[in-house]
Amino acid sequence: MSLFATFKKGGVHPADKKSLSKDISIERLDLPGELLVLMGQHLGAPATLLKKTGDHVVRGEKIGEASSFISANVHSPVSGVIVDVRRVVAASGAVSDAAVIQPDAHQPGPGEEGSFTERQDWRSMDKAAMLSHMKEMGLVGQGGATFPAHVKFSLPPGKKAHALIVNCVECEPYLTCDYRLMMERADELLEGVEVCARIIEPDEVIIGIEANKLDAADHIEERIRSLGLLAGGKPYRVQRLRMKYPQGDEKQLVKATIGREIPSGKLPIDVGAVVLNAASALSTYKAFAYNLPCIERVVTVSGECIAKPGNYLVPIGTKASYLIEKAGGFTEEPDKLISGGPMMGFAFVDEDTPITKGFGGLLALKDQKKGSQTACISCGRCVSACPIGLQPTRMYHLIVRGQYAEAMKTGLMDCKECGCCAYSCPAHLDLVHAFKTGKRMGRKK
Amino acid sequence: MRTVSTSPHIHSGVSTKKIMLSVALALAPAAIWGVHVFGTRALVTMCLSIGFALLTEALLNKVSHEDTLWDGSALVTGMLVGMNMPPEVPYFIPVLASVFAIGVVKWTFGGLGHNWANPAIGGRVFVFFSFSSAMSRFSMPRTLLKTLGGVVPDAISGASPLSITKTVTAAKTMVGMTSTEILSSQGYPYTDFAARLSASTGMNPYNIDAFFGNIPGSIGEVSAFLLILGGVYLLYKKIITWYIPASYLASFALLTWIFGGVPNGLGLFHGEVAASMLRGGLILGALFMATDMVTTPYTRTGHFIFGIGCGLFTFLFRTFGSLPEACSVAILMMNIATPTIDRYSVPKRFGDGELRRMEKIQRQEDARKETSLAGSSKNPGKEAAK
Repeated sequence: MSLFATFKKGGVHPADKKSLSKDISIERLDLPGELLVLMGQHLGAPATLLKKTGDHVVRGEKIGEASSFISANVHSPVSGVIVDVRRVVAASGAVSDAAVIQPDAHQPGPGEEGSFTERQDWRSMDKAAMLSHMKEMGLVGQGGATFPAHVKFSLPPGKKAHALIVNCVECEPYLTCDYRLMMERADELLEGVEVCARIIEPDEVIIGIEANKLDAADHIEERIRSLGLLAGGKPYRVQRLRMKYPQGDEKQLVKATIGREIPSGKLPIDVGAVVLNAASALSTYKAFAYNLPCIERVVTVSGECIAKPGNYLVPIGTKASYLIEKAGGFTEEPDKLISGGPMMGFAFVDEDTPITKGFGGLLALKDQKKGSQTACISCGRCVSACPIGLQPTRMYHLIVRGQYAEAMKTGLMDCKECGCCAYSCPAHLDLVHAFKTGKRMGRKK
Repeated sequence: MRTVSTSPHIHSGVSTKKIMLSVALALAPAAIWGVHVFGTRALVTMCLSIGFALLTEALLNKVSHEDTLWDGSALVTGMLVGMNMPPEVPYFIPVLASVFAIGVVKWTFGGLGHNWANPAIGGRVFVFFSFSSAMSRFSMPRTLLKTLGGVVPDAISGASPLSITKTVTAAKTMVGMTSTEILSSQGYPYTDFAARLSASTGMNPYNIDAFFGNIPGSIGEVSAFLLILGGVYLLYKKIITWYIPASYLASFALLTWIFGGVPNGLGLFHGEVAASMLRGGLILGALFMATDMVTTPYTRTGHFIFGIGCGLFTFLFRTFGSLPEACSVAILMMNIATPTIDRYSVPKRFGDGELRRMEKIQRQEDARKETSLAGSSKNPGKEAAK
């Protein structure tokens, strides 16, 4: 494989804008006055709330129980009192119950219950125990899709994971939280990878890093060498990748690193791969080395309208408004608040929207003046930008005419809404919007 | 005001208007050259074409309550119509062509993005077949006129090199002669510049003149050099791709090389490739009219099919047709085929190869299971026989 690999079909090159927060170390913020802990912050069914208003909870105590196979536990990020339970809208638009928690003045110190400072010996655990521990700790894929980890790592019978691919691509512009983790918490991150590698026993471990983070690639490579990390007898391999969006998408990353394409409707494991995101690797480390459930994460707060862009470690449930305040507030009134990256993230209005497990970026952006919409001029830019090989213009025209079944036949369900088509459309058509609508309407019938 | 919208929240910045204005900018040098060598009448023709294209667009905007005047597409159509006019054409012809291009070819089908034919080509073909003789009279550029001392011999007056060779070939008076020999036998001029360059490099002086735009022809088609410059700019700005121009020119060149010499008795593999490519509207057509996005396919495979089709038809009309009209009609014919090409040149879906591989493995496994099942069901029979 070449030094700088990438995927072949489609993709776009947006300006990466990472310099805003790239060199700013992760800062742990003081506890906010109130937390909104959502029960539905992962893919699948929302968790069932185990507590009620007035209950006292300890940091790390389970307050939400996974309600079905694809679901995840939710834990209290602080010691405090549940002052209210109400329906809250997540940044993605999903509505679920949320525990409103007021933190105690005294938070658990070293040695106390809820401090999670005692080192655990995970290497003596067997696979089944490790999987159930993953489930217990509420681990999910923290790259954005928030797929429950214990489901992903329970390989279907007869399937073998040849490669464990660690997704350190972070191809979305602005986001730098994974980069900071690689620079500051490399050993812990790699221990998290070790945990996952022990569960699925891959022939190789590949860490995919894009060319705008070569210092991180060198650093990780050096740490792998000094820690002597091996998989299938070979050292973990850092694969440097040419910059191209959406390389951080599972399908594109698998193609770029091991050269296999995941067909429509299949999972990475069908081509012998399991993909693990950098932030998830760190959460896995915390869960196995210290029994700390998934209750905190690093969030990149950035964008042209943020006074002090940075990378902040906050408990899950922190409100966006608190992060904005700690990042110095707005330099000018933003047109859009976004959870995640600018290519696939969700725009939201309510500044009380809470941080969830998959919330990696909080961006405050000015609207790009892009001019008015025109008719499609069939330039084909969307077709050549589509990493999946779909024909966005054709699907768009079918959907606006209401021919949802036809659109499904041309591959609508394979669209990952990566936004490459809309990003490159000179007519400024709301392609992704149409596809989201089309999928919903198509599923109904 | 805070807004909520679907992702993506950033955009590459490209717009329909920017694309159209870039095309207009790329066309400008060749158009200016045309005005320079053909004089005031060419300038008025260009202005009328552009003016009436915009005027028609503006009036129709009033009718259909739209605002598309400044999206740049009418400007490009107007420019292309003007550039496709012979310099001495009566003024009503470019006006008619522009009104027809915008009003009929584009607007009646729903405006930009919905027209099946390139508006400028539609306009040109309409006036060509309505006023064929006015559309086939070409005046000498001032650079060649200087060589001739201001007097154009009757034999070549109003004719282009392409029409001279075509007439001679049809009359079968100079069988076995190359177009260069035909042209010089008719006293066809070339510039001093071409003579000097030819003497030092050995290149054909007529081709040198045709390349730099010292040749009779439509206003905007004469300078291959400036057109290519504009095309390179569009390629560099990623407004167009090389797929159509390259496949168009390559297929035309190949066919011309193989069969181009046949009509005048030169035999196979004696076609004059450079001369055929530089005379007439091929370069303008291949770079600027066959690359109109609306009326061409949108996939890469589609582009290649489209380009090769254009090359084939242009070759056929040029070599065997009787009218000096090849490029426009060829592109028009491929415009008709565009929806069909789009339908059958679907891009390969990500993972399709892998899917086929998986299915194959599955089939093999099933087959193996079946044989082993068949084997095990045979065994009891064998044992029973024992």
